[in-house]
Amino acid sequence: MGIAAEISTPARPLASKGQVKGSEHSARSLIFLGLLWLTLFIAMLALLVLIITTLIQGAPRLDSRLFTEYPASSPARAGARPAILGSIWVIATTAVLTIPLGVAAAVHLEEFADRKNRLNHLIELNVQNLAAIPSVVYGMLALAFLGLIGVQNKNLVIAGATALGLLILPVIIIATREALRSVPADIREASLAVGATPLQTVWRQTLPSAVPGIATGAILALSRALGEAAPLLLLGALVFVSYDPNGLLSGYTTMPIQIFNWTGRPQEQFHVLAAAASILLLALLLAMNGLAIYIRNHFQHRW
Amino acid sequence: MENISSAERVSGAALAPAGAGAVTGPPEPRISLASSAKRPGEAVTRVILAVAAGITVVITVGIVVALIIPSIGFFREVSVGEFLFGTRWAPRFADASFGVIPLITATVWTTVMALITAVPLGLGAAVFLSEYAPARLRAILKPVLEILAGVPTVVYGLFALQFVQGTLFRDILHLPTGSFSVLAAGLVMGIMIIPTVASLSEDAMSAVPHAMRQGSAALGANRMQTSIRVVFPAALSGIVAAIVLGISRAIGETMIVAIAAGGQARIVTGPLEQGQTMTGFIANAALGDSRVGSLEFDTLFAVGLLLFAITLLMNFISIRFVRRFREAY
Repeated sequence: MGIAAEISTPARPLASKGQVKGSEHSARSLIFLGLLWLTLFIAMLALLVLIITTLIQGAPRLDSRLFTEYPASSPARAGARPAILGSIWVIATTAVLTIPLGVAAAVHLEEFADRKNRLNHLIELNVQNLAAIPSVVYGMLALAFLGLIGVQNKNLVIAGATALGLLILPVIIIATREALRSVPADIREASLAVGATPLQTVWRQTLPSAVPGIATGAILALSRALGEAAPLLLLGALVFVSYDPNGLLSGYTTMPIQIFNWTGRPQEQFHVLAAAASILLLALLLAMNGLAIYIRNHFQHRW
Repeated sequence: MENISSAERVSGAALAPAGAGAVTGPPEPRISLASSAKRPGEAVTRVILAVAAGITVVITVGIVVALIIPSIGFFREVSVGEFLFGTRWAPRFADASFGVIPLITATVWTTVMALITAVPLGLGAAVFLSEYAPARLRAILKPVLEILAGVPTVVYGLFALQFVQGTLFRDILHLPTGSFSVLAAGLVMGIMIIPTVASLSEDAMSAVPHAMRQGSAALGANRMQTSIRVVFPAALSGIVAAIVLGISRAIGETMIVAIAAGGQARIVTGPLEQGQTMTGFIANAALGDSRVGSLEFDTLFAVGLLLFAITLLMNFISIRFVRRFREAY
């Protein structure tokens, strides 16, 4: 923004009073910039304090017991093994259920849908709205559905994965659409010009070009599902699991639910355990975020 | 994965006629697109893709139906007026009463606290990123800011309960407060929604045409004056959309308030009191083993319906405002 400084220079002799007020280095201007820096500083500080306090509190119990032991009534013997395995089961199932569906929906909306069609307009508006519905509502949807088909035991991997899948479906659709939109029209036209059908064009040209963007969006969406607890709370995931989950119909608990459970106990040692599990969860999520950013920066095509 | 396999099937069979048509047929550019309607495999795959998109509508309809049916059961027992305007929430007591006002007051308190935190911080960050930060600094600051949105809400809840309420409010500041407060929950919730407010506002500010900034500079305005008097008003609809979306997220956030705001449903009159929000009640009720069709189960859905209706309204307001700034430039 060097323009402002350059242009204000000739104006100086014309308005001597405005020169003080209008300068980049006037007191008010500097205070304003200082305030902007302060807002960023506070936001970063909050993040830093959160990470440091969690690290300090949880470090004593961040050991192998966390990975090998089952939940127990004595904090010294308790671990998060079933919760870690449960999270892996639920998130893997969510990914398998949601990513193909989300990509298919996005391909329809971005590549084939007639924009003037009212139904497509409605679907677009609806996807935007779904992305902002509170996560707990998705848990209620799954709960009501299980009640409808008469399932008594709500604590099933497939039920939790479905609720989380519905939650992140709009996120995946929106990310995939953006990735598809950034592929230049020239590529589609060239493909069509050499005789490929519209679907061949999508499958062999547009989608492969959009893979980095789709992967970034999918990883971010799954990391959101990994940290989510509210819908699973409604689906009975807050249970005492003393076995390894082993299938889609298995009972389960997840890491966020285990953290919530330990946070609610009166004993201080359980809070330490909650912080230790939080460190693990934060590390996992940061790694996923980092991977997403890495893919975005290193594999994304620049047209 | 059905669409993928049929796409492969189509690709082998369809290539030859398309190529032949391009060579021998009349030189009309749109012929390949039009002819696709005659390929059954291609048409089937397109239908599958359209169905995938249509599922999103089914989800919304499912949510509405899933919330309304148990709520009808609830409103047979409790009148709508008693629910919306009653001031005592005690669904599990012997003399049960179902006035939702206490839950609303707690929700309003946590949401207002969250906005007081998130709006100045989020807008400040947005102005800095859009108007001041050089490209390289932006490339570092934006992902770091986004991390705030990626921290799991249970971790925020633990932070609000242990550090903000326990260490900061009680041990360091000696505030007259108990184990929980709507202030601690709201403050931390505000930190969580900073990226929501910041990124959408920044999009809106970045969309303001550069010519407007140059025009402002040509009149002798500095960057502060340009930011406040030109860019900010021009981006206002996007900023409003960002704030409304922030409100929607704060109202719907569950785990932070379930952990740190408290569990007693009473009318909240001050920020240091504890209180149960709508989502806090839902989370709490979910822990009890209420049977399908019982009044407890239906109560859960009546509160869920109210929550859904409020956030739906907020989302549509937000989408409206986003449309407006997208159309303006």
